[in-house]
This record gives sequence, structure tokens and C-alpha cells, in this order.
Amino acid sequence: MTRRDLTLHLGLIAGLFALHFLLPAYHHGVFARVMVLAVYAIGYNIAFGYTGLLSLGHAMFFGAGMYGVGLASYHFAIPALPAWIIGLGCGALLALVVGLLALRTEGVSFMIVTLMFAQAAYLVILYYSEYTRGDDGLVIPGDMRAIGSWDLSDEGTRYLLAWALFSIALMLSLWLVRHPFGRVLVALRENEERARLLGYDTGGRKLAALVISGTISAAAGGAYATMFGYVGASFAGVQYSIFALLWVLLGGAGTVLGPFVGVLFMTYLNDVASGVTEAYMLIAGVVLVLLTLFAPQGIVGEIRRRFWKDLP
Amino acid sequence: MKHETDVILSTEGLGKSFDGLRANHDIDFTLRKTQVHALIGPNGAGKTTFVSMLIGRLEPTDGAIWFDGRNVTQMPAHKRVAAGMGYTFQITSVFARLSCHENVALAARRKQGGDAAKVEQVVADALSRVGLADRTADVAGDLSYGHQRLLEIAMGLASAPRLLILDEPTQGLAESEITAFKALIRELSAETTILLIEHNMSVVMELADEITVLNFGEVLARGTAAEIHANPAVQAAYLGTEAS
Repeated sequence: MTRRDLTLHLGLIAGLFALHFLLPAYHHGVFARVMVLAVYAIGYNIAFGYTGLLSLGHAMFFGAGMYGVGLASYHFAIPALPAWIIGLGCGALLALVVGLLALRTEGVSFMIVTLMFAQAAYLVILYYSEYTRGDDGLVIPGDMRAIGSWDLSDEGTRYLLAWALFSIALMLSLWLVRHPFGRVLVALRENEERARLLGYDTGGRKLAALVISGTISAAAGGAYATMFGYVGASFAGVQYSIFALLWVLLGGAGTVLGPFVGVLFMTYLNDVASGVTEAYMLIAGVVLVLLTLFAPQGIVGEIRRRFWKDLP
Repeated sequence: MKHETDVILSTEGLGKSFDGLRANHDIDFTLRKTQVHALIGPNGAGKTTFVSMLIGRLEPTDGAIWFDGRNVTQMPAHKRVAAGMGYTFQITSVFARLSCHENVALAARRKQGGDAAKVEQVVADALSRVGLADRTADVAGDLSYGHQRLLEIAMGLASAPRLLILDEPTQGLAESEITAFKALIRELSAETTILLIEHNMSVVMELADEITVLNFGEVLARGTAAEIHANPAVQAAYLGTEAS
């Protein structure tokens, strides 16, 4: 890890901390949400951006974290932090099971299989509405939304917690992709057969990447549940799987900063466009098409291509 | 034969059929340590099928493969590499979007682990041995075809195998590069065993201690360069005008 890498990423983290004191209330709230969703995108990026596993089912991991926390808090009155750890465990376990089965396929088949697993998970949530309250979702009791004396429904605390989680995920992702393990993931993405014949257990590495990816996604889902107090089936729906893909593609697949940039860009694009017209999805769509045409590697990917070749 | 101590690799009755098409049949093959062994044969003789079974890319239909006294027939490819086999592809297969350095480093790291200084040393050494020392930072996909072949060989070197299988390494190389390649193989043969699948007869005749000739998926002949050169069956099947 070079000093330039560290400066850039720690700089972003410091900047986001400073924004806690500077942002007006509305944007303060938006940024807290962006940071949590960016953690989800960082998780997705490990699988898709670095390892080349195009999953269309990551919402199930986000959902696993979310429902892990939600069900534990709602039904068993488990406090926020242990509930979050349960959420992490659910995500990791689900990623392991899905990975063992889905990684027997690759390419388009992998995409379809992950989509199907995610749909099954979504339907399971709806089917067991007795526990999950189906489409209505669960509202997490207020007293479960605290870690010690920190009240997570407080906006300041929420921002700082989102910031802390994002900082950890960002630095973890930077460390991972600079680590020899991460380099092998990139090798799998680029040429799996070659990597195998260099002596790497490609199946095992892909499974490990998917479990790491799913666990980070679940961490985001679990945090989202506690911070915003609501657990809903729509977060486990196909739309949230596609969001992750879109964020990462827009920000720059296979870049450490791309997921954050992608989430931030999409959030404000929708925000600004909806202020202009009711047909804001049209504006968003046109911008997405333009970006895909002129910056196919995403925003950060394009910066890397033009200005900063070693950008992680 | 598997019990002889100077044998690094052997096959017994190795065969491969694709939906009834017999690509390899009943191949008994022995490779002695620190030899350069060439595998030759006309197009379609089953050379690539044979080495693909050796490295584990294809599963044999019959027979067994022994590496270093161990039966590796059922062993997955990555474990065979970890056990000491190295392989370079017939059709260039590098990590096209990664730098030359990273390509070779990936090969070196599996063995050297987290020792970054050692990896750097191995990478620099491998790249300079194939003559790519000044292309370290270049993206592999931007190299000429010949240079990509050399990069493949550098990856083979960096993984420090005890047996290096080179599938048509000189294909697409310029005459000057072939000369340098021959020198490199001679140097390497002191430390490692080399199995060379090769079309270029001058390379085979100059480098090989022993030659096995495949024809129609079966062993047609084996022997030293001079013996193969003089073998009438080989001449008829393969060498033809090239030998005269």
C-alpha cells in the first residue's frame, strides 16, 4: 500500500468526518444513508468488480443482514450490537451456502442462479409473514436502537456510526485488494484458467470472495435496519440487487472508491432530477446512458484510465 | 517404472477419448529428471491432449499419471502445479490487462507467499532472463505476440517448477528470439526438467536429450535426436522433407 493510496482514502474519510459538522440537516441525513449503502456497494464490488462474479442476487445478503437484525430485535429483544453480529452471521452463512451451489456455474448461468436464489429468499420473507410481517415490514422498537448510551435514532450518532462503518469497510477493501489474496481475485477475474494453472485453488478463492462480499453486504443491511429503524421485504427484492450493480458500474467496478462515488452520484442525480420534473427517472436514465457510452469504466475507472494508473 | 528415482514423471496406458474419437491411446511415457524431453508429432497427433492430461486440464479416460512417485491421475490442476509442475499455454494466455510485473508476480507469489522482497527478486530475475526487463510496467496486452510468449515463459520460470511443460513456446517468435530462447532452455535444463512440445525441428534437434514422437494419438517412436532423425517410420509419418 503506497502513501498516495493511504492519503487519498484517509483523506476521504477525514473529509466525510468534517462534513458531519458542516452539512445542513437535509444533506447530513442523505450522506448518512449514502455511506451505509456504499458499504453494501463495497461488498458487491469485491465479488463483481474484483473477482468478476456478476451476481444479480446480492440483495439477499443485504436482506440477510437486515432481517437478522430485525427479527432478533423485534422478536427476541436482542440489543443493537449483538443483533448486528447475528445479521453478519446470517449473511456469511447464506453466502457460503449460495456460493457452494451457485459457484458450480459461471458467467450468465451464475447471474441467473444468484437471481433465482435471491428471489427465493425474497419469497421466503413474504411467505413467513407471521414473523416478518411480509410487505409491511418490521419497525424496530426504539429501545433496541441503541448501543450503550448511544441512541441510533439520533441523527448525529447515526451519521457517525455510518461514517465509522464506512471507514472500516473502505480501508478493509483497500487492504484486501492490495494484499496478495486480492491480487489473485483480480487474476481470477482476468483469466481464471491461467490462475488455476499458476497453482491457485480458483474454486476456493471464489467462494472466499463471495463470503467476504456477502458478509460486508450483510453488515450494511444490518446497520441500515438499526439506524433507520425499518426492515422491509423490498430491500431484499431484485431492485436492490440491481442497484448494487448500477452503483458499482457507475462509480467504477474494481476500484476502491467507485462504490461510494456511484452511490453518491445516483442518490444526488435522483434527488436533483426529481426537483426538476416528475419524470425524474427519465433524466436519470439519460445520464446513465451517457455515462455508459462515454465513461464505460465508471467515474473512478475513468479517472484511473486517464490520470492515475495505479489507483486501487 | 514409477519406482525409479531418476524419473520425475511417467504415464501408464494413458488414453483419452472424446465421444468415441480416440485422441490418445495407451501412452507409456517416461520423463527423467533434468532432461529436456521433446514431444513431437504431426498436427492432430494428440500432443496437446496428452500434456493437458499431464497438467490436469483434461481427465484421462484410461491409465495413470505418476509425478515424483505419486499417482496424480485424480489430482486437480492447481494441486499438481503446487506439487511442482509448471505449464505454459500453446495459445498465449497472459493476464492481458495487468502489467508484466503483476503477471509474473502472480506466478511467483504462490510459492514465495508473503515475502514481498523475495517476490520482487524472482520477478526481476524471470523478466530479465527472457529479455523483458525493460517492459516491467507495460500492460501485457500491449506487448507484441512474441513478447507475450516470452512473458508466459517468464511466468513459468517465476513459479520455479521442477517440471516445466512448454506447449509450442517458439510459435510466433522471430528468428533472433528463437536463438535467445534456445540459450535460455539450455541454461534452465541444468536446474529443472523440461517437456517441450515443439514444431520447430531445429529447436527440437538442438535442445532435446530425448524425443518422443506421437502419431494418431499413439507413441510412434522414442529415442535421442539422432535416433529419431534416422528412424524410417518417423520420417514417413512426420519429418518428411524437413528431415532430408
